[in-house]
Amino acid sequence: MDTQLKKQLEIAATKVRMGVIEGVYNAKAGHPGGSLSVADTLTYLYMNRMNVDPANPEMADRDRLVLSKGHTAPALYACLAHRGFFPVEELKTLRKIDSRLQGHPVKGKVPGVDMSTGSLGQGISAACGMALSGKISSDTYKVYAVLGDGEIQEGQVWEAAMFAAHYQLDNLVAVVDNNGLQIDGKIGDVMSPYPIDEKFAAFGWHVICINGHDFDEIEKAFDEAETVLNKPTVIIQRSTKGKGVSFMENQCGWHGKAPNDEEYAKAMDELKAHLASLE
Amino acid sequence: MEKKATRDSYGEALVMLAEKRPDLVVLDADLAAATKTGTFKAAYPDRFFDCGIAEANMMGVAAGIATTGKLVFASSFAMFAAGRAFEIVRNSIGYPHINVKIGATHAGISVGEDGASHQCNEDIALMRTIPGMTVINPADDVEAKAAVLAMADYVGPTYMRFGRLAAPIFNDAATYKFEVGKGIQLKDGKDITIVATGLMVAEAIEAGKALAEQGIDARVINIHTIKPIDRDIIIKAAKETGKIITVEEHSVIGGLGSAVADVVTEECPVPVIKIGVKDVFGHSGPAVALLKEFGLCADNIVATAKAALGK
Repeated sequence: MDTQLKKQLEIAATKVRMGVIEGVYNAKAGHPGGSLSVADTLTYLYMNRMNVDPANPEMADRDRLVLSKGHTAPALYACLAHRGFFPVEELKTLRKIDSRLQGHPVKGKVPGVDMSTGSLGQGISAACGMALSGKISSDTYKVYAVLGDGEIQEGQVWEAAMFAAHYQLDNLVAVVDNNGLQIDGKIGDVMSPYPIDEKFAAFGWHVICINGHDFDEIEKAFDEAETVLNKPTVIIQRSTKGKGVSFMENQCGWHGKAPNDEEYAKAMDELKAHLASLE
Repeated sequence: MEKKATRDSYGEALVMLAEKRPDLVVLDADLAAATKTGTFKAAYPDRFFDCGIAEANMMGVAAGIATTGKLVFASSFAMFAAGRAFEIVRNSIGYPHINVKIGATHAGISVGEDGASHQCNEDIALMRTIPGMTVINPADDVEAKAAVLAMADYVGPTYMRFGRLAAPIFNDAATYKFEVGKGIQLKDGKDITIVATGLMVAEAIEAGKALAEQGIDARVINIHTIKPIDRDIIIKAAKETGKIITVEEHSVIGGLGSAVADVVTEECPVPVIKIGVKDVFGHSGPAVALLKEFGLCADNIVATAKAALGK
């Protein structure tokens, strides 16, 4: 990846992380951990890959993204805001009683949100439907589904995995955000979904494993996915829950908790310092 | 009277619909031969997609297809479409108010020999609790076909209930008109009102005739749309006849009887006597014998009406 582009993406991802913290802090609730772990990939997709138009969010041939791990809506909202779908200032209204930024994404309420999600395991099925529809009418759009690693404990994910391979949905790319933690602890301790790569391979998917915080690897993975024919692709990204905020990193306690005033200030200072170092 | 199962009508209606709607896509979960989406599959194999025995995923796939603007029907038995996949229907279809048509067959106790595991008497209750979900339960071949064609043009999530058992075709295809949300008065009457839905409408008609022979003037109403329900026709019946009997091949909890009672208790409190499956599971047996055993027949409607009127 071009170093200038990489730097731009790192700057954008840092702003997205600031949006996540801003939103969750003001809401006094929400899910910072998984939002921060998936922030780089979502930033890459919205800022550099997906064919979307903030002026025409329902554009028929747009690429679609289904945030199957819907609780990480703060990251999705921050990407959409920074991409121009709605004002960045609005991120502060997350989860407020008069806000359209619901705790989990709602299609039709927020421009740029392609599917309502939040109940885990469901988004991937909707993404399969969008991809199948594209195949039926020979549309060229791509569909991205972003899942949590704990989420793949849901049986519906594997129904969808079977479906996508059966109908050869090579216009579908799933991302599994493998940050290794869920509410009750390490995913391997709670209910191990490992080996994730072998499972998807056995279901007939093309599997790519990457570091989810390295834009070179992220770009390479999505480039590779475009070359795969007659199979869906899954990108399993190792990631750090809470990435970018030192005291949140790898702490499952930050799955669904808002920072207090002091923690908010510390998190924002860290992110601002990182932004300054990039700019 | 000629008979046909409404699941057959459903399959035939999908074929009729395909001719004018090139965007129609039909999904099933390994039950195409039984739900009769197989009729569509045979005619339009390129627009039929089997999802395998995975109803949860099928409902999500249906939602995804519908977001791209195509017309999609998703089918399975009522037990699995409304029961197993309930939360997916609620969150992936109902909550975003996505234009998915759910065609659920083998509803009610008339599934027969398969027994209680497959006799879904809860689907109407489940589906009508979802905000914005339209719930349709046609009574015969004519109504089922008209309903499928009409609901294809309606934009919004819809649950349509079809049966396995051949049902008498009492509507006239030449004159019948389906209007979503509109009940149909089949017989006027002043002594009592029988409000029926689906397979039970033919029984209610028969009961109305039998009661007339015994000097009881019963009004008979067909409610094909359980949600949104026709409040006016129910309030009018409550005011004019003073007593209502509801008849449904469904649990007495949460179905037509409950929906009618909801209206009546708010607007014009009169007794509402519910004929339906009384909070029990069914069991294996021939459909007609089961319907009789559970009181889902003209004889029991007549007896209930007479008892209600103290005759």
